[in-house]
Amino acid sequence: MEYFIQQLINGLTLGSIYGLVAIGYTMVYGIIGMINFAHGDIFMLGGFAALIVFLIATSFFAGIPVALLLLLMLLVGMLMTGLWNWTIERVAYRPLRGSFRLAPLITAIGMSIVLSNFIQVTQGPRNKPIPPMVTDVFHLGAITVSLKQVLIVVITAVLLFAFWYIVNRTPLGRAQRATEQDRKMAALLGVDVDRTISITFIMGAALAAVAGAMYLMYYGVASFNDGFIPGVKAFTAAVLGGIGSLPGAVLGGLLIGLIESLWSAYFSIAYKDVATFAILAFVLIFKPTGILGRPEVEKV
Amino acid sequence: MTAATETGHPNVLAKAVREGLFAGVVSFFMFLLFVGIETYQDINNALVWRTRWGLLAIFVVVAAVGRFLTVGFIKPHIDRRKLAKAKSGVLEISEQKNFFHRHFLKIALIFLLVYPFLSLLIVGKQGSLKYVDNFGIQILIYVMLAWGLNIVVGLAGLLDLGYVAFYAVGAYSYALLSSYFGFSFWLLLPMSGILAALWGIILGFPVLRLRGDYLAIVTLAFGEIIRLVLINWTDVTKGTFGISGIAKASFFGIWSFDTGTTNNFVKAWGLSASSVYYKVFLFYVILALCMLTAYVTIRLRRMPIGRAWEALREDEIACRSLGINTVTTKLTAFATGAMFGGFAGAFFATRQGFVSPESFVFLESAVILAMVVLGGMGSLTGIALAAVVMVGGTEVLREMSFLKSVFGPDFTPELYRMLLFGLAMIIVMLFKPRGFVGSREPTAFLKERRAVSGSFTKEGHG
Repeated sequence: MEYFIQQLINGLTLGSIYGLVAIGYTMVYGIIGMINFAHGDIFMLGGFAALIVFLIATSFFAGIPVALLLLLMLLVGMLMTGLWNWTIERVAYRPLRGSFRLAPLITAIGMSIVLSNFIQVTQGPRNKPIPPMVTDVFHLGAITVSLKQVLIVVITAVLLFAFWYIVNRTPLGRAQRATEQDRKMAALLGVDVDRTISITFIMGAALAAVAGAMYLMYYGVASFNDGFIPGVKAFTAAVLGGIGSLPGAVLGGLLIGLIESLWSAYFSIAYKDVATFAILAFVLIFKPTGILGRPEVEKV
Repeated sequence: MTAATETGHPNVLAKAVREGLFAGVVSFFMFLLFVGIETYQDINNALVWRTRWGLLAIFVVVAAVGRFLTVGFIKPHIDRRKLAKAKSGVLEISEQKNFFHRHFLKIALIFLLVYPFLSLLIVGKQGSLKYVDNFGIQILIYVMLAWGLNIVVGLAGLLDLGYVAFYAVGAYSYALLSSYFGFSFWLLLPMSGILAALWGIILGFPVLRLRGDYLAIVTLAFGEIIRLVLINWTDVTKGTFGISGIAKASFFGIWSFDTGTTNNFVKAWGLSASSVYYKVFLFYVILALCMLTAYVTIRLRRMPIGRAWEALREDEIACRSLGINTVTTKLTAFATGAMFGGFAGAFFATRQGFVSPESFVFLESAVILAMVVLGGMGSLTGIALAAVVMVGGTEVLREMSFLKSVFGPDFTPELYRMLLFGLAMIIVMLFKPRGFVGSREPTAFLKERRAVSGSFTKEGHG
């Protein structure tokens, strides 16, 4: 039983990270109907930004408080990846909006290749380990909960609340929802569609950057090809929850995290990715709309 | 706005300067951490950092100047040309073609047929190894894969992101069956194709209801599952170590290319020992396989099933209401595409003599799909050109050791291969979203065959 709860906690931590990345996928898909293939690499970029901030901050201020350091990593990472994703949307996706359907997908795949290879070239192909930042652990009976796990879940919860507030309670969020429902109509009613889409990309990237920084904190290592597998898993989460649905993305992320850690604990660790991909296939085959998604009606 | 563009350049120039400065500022912040700072491991294996302001400055200047030139000169130029074209009223597809254009296919085929001998003649036996193997065979493998995927994506309009799975099935079928049972290449080549086609049907069956992006993601998942199984099923596949010592293909069982056998090709013909004969032989094998793929594609397009594929691509609902069985139509497309992937896989295994899951990563699928889309979906010539440019270009980059003298001895061009590859994908897509060959020759026509612009054909919903 303790073992099960322990795995549940691990799964929840991992799931929070996937959920944050999944929101970026689901928002972009909802608003312009494209799979942003480069989103996983945006997540990786966020991890690298956090890594570099960590190195600079610790070398200048040796005794910097961990809370301040973490805040700095998250903020710089969010700004940095937000800027990157804004540029990417402007350069590679916007000119192809309204072009044929495969075109933005191909540029997104190209962008994903460019981003991971750009980091490989500029920062080197080796894994980048950092010393552990947060080492405290709590013991509750036989269950161990580390402070970093608590931090990840809490930060995710706070961000999700902020995000929910923006989407549901602000004019910006209203513009986003309007653009998602009907882009042309939204434009006619005075919503600046281009700006709304840009902000959506920035928001998605900021959440991915937080996920990247926390991934770095959790595993203590960053690598240029960290983007692909977590990216596909986060996409799986978005699809599982119902693509286009924000609560669905979080729910899907948590489910994928739980499935992955429970599968590794009880079955085989080698096949954990196979399990995730198989779930993706099964969900799409039997319930393509996901858990919370709306069915898509096809018109002639 | 219109007045500014018509009256003259000062406004355009001012705008270009503004945009250039803006691009400079944006790129400064973008590259500040990733280019301006270098992280590396010191002697104690601890991660440390140092600054690279010079490199950062180069990046910023390139971005700013590039943006300035684009806004100030390149874009107005393109706009003017477009306007002039629109005014003159000449359609993009002209009827006049010069000799080279008209006979391009014949010229290309003849060139391919004499290519190995040409390279033997010019650079000799040792030198032509590189040209026949790295350029010739490598490119032709990708041409074949891209043509195979073209059946699924270009003709039937089903977006497949896991095509490399069938390539892997073909390669492992040959590798395993030849090393466990000792079957020959010529027996296993069709068998690999059939096995891959079988997998195409197995994987195709559950995804019949899916369309578009969903289909793309499920096929991606299947591709990854097959790769992960190859990695983890170590008893059979030897995992990441891969299978080595795969048997070479023989000259239809008459002569062998293994040294020391009695019917060795070199001995039988009294030639001096060299591995180049085997490479030339392989070149013709893959060339024949490519031609088979092209022939089958062209013939199938004129048959009911090919017509059904294209109808499916244009409009699935209309297709179904006309009584076309979409299930068999989709499955045959999957199976036919997979079969050619399987042939290519078997050939790849015998050419390398070694297969490992490393060769079948998602990136390969993306590269093959990129060739199909960049070449102009459905156009065999365009796809072949895309494969030549993309694979050949990256191979040429490998050869550019003279760049070392420009950028210093630490410079390794291979590192930039994929980076440039990705950039090329984006840039080609931005300027030619319909691919290199943007026109289509219809197979069914009323009075005379007339090419239509690619913009008039759909790419299907999957």
